[in-house]
Amino acid sequence: MLYLKNRKLICLAAGALLLLLLPPLARLAGEPYLVSLFSRILIYALAAISLDLILGFGGMVSLGHAAFFGIGAYVVSILSFHSFEATPLITWPFTLQGHTQALVAWPAAVILSALLAAVIGALSLRTSGMHFIMITLAFAQMLYYFFVSLEAYGGDDGLSLFSRNTLPVLDLGQDTHFYYICLALLFIFLFLAHRLVHSRFGIVIRGTRENEKRMQALGFPTFRYKLACFVIAGAGAGLAGALIANQTEYVSPGLMHWTRSGEILIMVLLGGTGTLIGPVLGAATLLLLEEVLAIYTEHWMVYLGPFLILVVLFAKRGIYGLFAGREQDHG
Amino acid sequence: MAEILLRTEGLAKNFGAVQACRNLSLDIAQGEIHALIGPNGAGKTTVLNQLSGDLMPDAGRVIFDGNDITRRPPHQRARLGLARSYQITSVFEQLTVKENLLLALQAHRGHSFRFWKKAVDDPYLSKQVKPAIEQMGLRERRHVRAGQLSHGEKRQLEVGMALAGNPKLLLLDEPMAGMGPGGAVELTKLILKIRQGVTILLVEHDMDAVFTLADRISVLVYGELVATGTPREIRGDAAVRQAYLGDEAWDETGDETGG
Repeated sequence: MLYLKNRKLICLAAGALLLLLLPPLARLAGEPYLVSLFSRILIYALAAISLDLILGFGGMVSLGHAAFFGIGAYVVSILSFHSFEATPLITWPFTLQGHTQALVAWPAAVILSALLAAVIGALSLRTSGMHFIMITLAFAQMLYYFFVSLEAYGGDDGLSLFSRNTLPVLDLGQDTHFYYICLALLFIFLFLAHRLVHSRFGIVIRGTRENEKRMQALGFPTFRYKLACFVIAGAGAGLAGALIANQTEYVSPGLMHWTRSGEILIMVLLGGTGTLIGPVLGAATLLLLEEVLAIYTEHWMVYLGPFLILVVLFAKRGIYGLFAGREQDHG
Repeated sequence: MAEILLRTEGLAKNFGAVQACRNLSLDIAQGEIHALIGPNGAGKTTVLNQLSGDLMPDAGRVIFDGNDITRRPPHQRARLGLARSYQITSVFEQLTVKENLLLALQAHRGHSFRFWKKAVDDPYLSKQVKPAIEQMGLRERRHVRAGQLSHGEKRQLEVGMALAGNPKLLLLDEPMAGMGPGGAVELTKLILKIRQGVTILLVEHDMDAVFTLADRISVLVYGELVATGTPREIRGDAAVRQAYLGDEAWDETGDETGG
C-alpha cells in the first residue's frame, strides 16, 4: 500500500513537473505551437474534472455540461465586446458596462454558470437515469439555439474577441503567461476537488451515487446535496469556458452544442470516472490523438472511435485505472 | 404496559386489487423487541416501508414518539430517531467500512455542507466512529471496502449503520436472511447486546431468532393482524396455527417446544 502510494506520488510529481516545464521545452524543441495546444488541454481537463464531480462521484450522467462551458465563454466575450464598443451591457435597472479585466470577467463567468446550473439542476434533478440525461441535453440544446438566434452577439457566426482579458502584472496575450495561468487554475481546482471528495460533503455525494434511497433512510435530504454538487460542477465548467474564450479569442454557439458535452463526457470516460486525475489524462489523450491523427489522415475519427471503444470496454476505470490498478482511490 | 413509542391506526395500503395492508393497528412499547411475523406475502415489508416512509399509506396514521409522521418523508423520520435496515443488504459497497459508518453518523450531526475538512478529521465523528466499529466487531476490517465483506459482516455493518446516531426505534427487515446457522447465532447475540438502548421492530423468518429475541410478537396474514402477544401466547394461538399450517419453519418451532 505504502509503496503504491509513493509510486502514485512520484507519477503525479513527474506529471506536474512536465507541465511546469512545458513552455521552455517547447521553445527548445522549436515547437512553440505546443504551448497553446497544451493550454487547450488544461482548459478541457478543468471542464472534464468538473463533469466528473457529478458524473463519477455523484452518479449524475449529464449530457448538457457544455451549456455551462459555453455560458462562461459567452460571459467573458460579451463583457469584452461591450467594453470595446464602449456601449453599456444593460441600462435598466442599473447601468452595467463591459469589462476586459480577468479579475472581473472570470468571476462573473463562474457566478453566472453557477446560477444557471442552480436553475437547470433544480429542474433536472427531479428526474434520474435516462430522463436526467435527456433533460440536461434538452436544456443545453435550448441554450445553443438561443445563442444561434442571438444576432446582437453574432448569432450562428459567433463572436470574436478583440483581445484577451487583462490581468495586473501578467500579459495574457502572451501564450506562455496564459498557459501558466491555466495551469495554476487547474492545480487549484484539482486541490479543491480533492478536498471536496474526502469531506463530509464528498462522502454524502459518493453514497448518493450508490444508493440514494438508502441515503434518505439514513436521514439525508439527497436532493440538496446533488444540487449543490451540480452547481459546483457548473461553476467549474464556467471557469473553463471563460478560459477557452480567451484561448481561442472567439466564441460560437458550437461551444454548447451537445456534441461538445459528448466530447467532455468521452474525456471523463477515457481517463477514468470517479477519479480526479483521470479526466486530465482523458483530456490530454483525446486532444493529442486528434492532433496527431489529423496529421496523417483527414478521417481521424475512424481511428479514434475504435480506440475509445476498446478503452471503455477493457479498462473499467479508464487510462487512470491502467496505471493505478483496481485499488479504489480517487486520484 | 410501558409507554407506547410507535402506534399505527387503521393503516391501509393497496397495490391495485391486492390489499397488502388492511386496517392495521399496532402498538410498539418503549424498550421492547417486537417481532412481526407472517407467511410469505403477508405484507410485512409493506408495513415496514410505511413506517420508514418509503411507502405512503392509503389510509390511517403513524404516530411516532408523540408526532404524527404519516406524511413525513424518510429523511425526516430518520432524524426523529426512526432507523431501518433493509432486507436486501444495502451498505455502500464502494465505500470503506469506516466511511459507511461515518456516513451514518453524519446523518445525525448537523448538515453535511462541509466541503473542506476531511470527514475523518471531524472530532465528533472520529470519536463516535471508533466504538461503533468495535461494537459491530469490525475493527480489523475498517479500511476494507464494504463490497468485499462477507455476507454476515455486511449484515453486521448494516445493523451498525442503523444504530449510529442512537435511534429510538430500529426497524430490522429480515436481518438473518441468507445467513448460515452460525451467522444467525452471531447476529442474534449482537441484537441482544444492542437492545439496551433501543426499541426494535423485527421482521424475521428465522423462528429460532424470533422466539429467542422477541418480547412480543404480532402475526400478519394477508395484510391483516391476526394476533399480538407474548411468544407463549402466540405459540398457543389457534388462528396463528391455522395461518402457518404446513409451514416448516413453524412446525420446527412447535417441535422444539413440544407443541
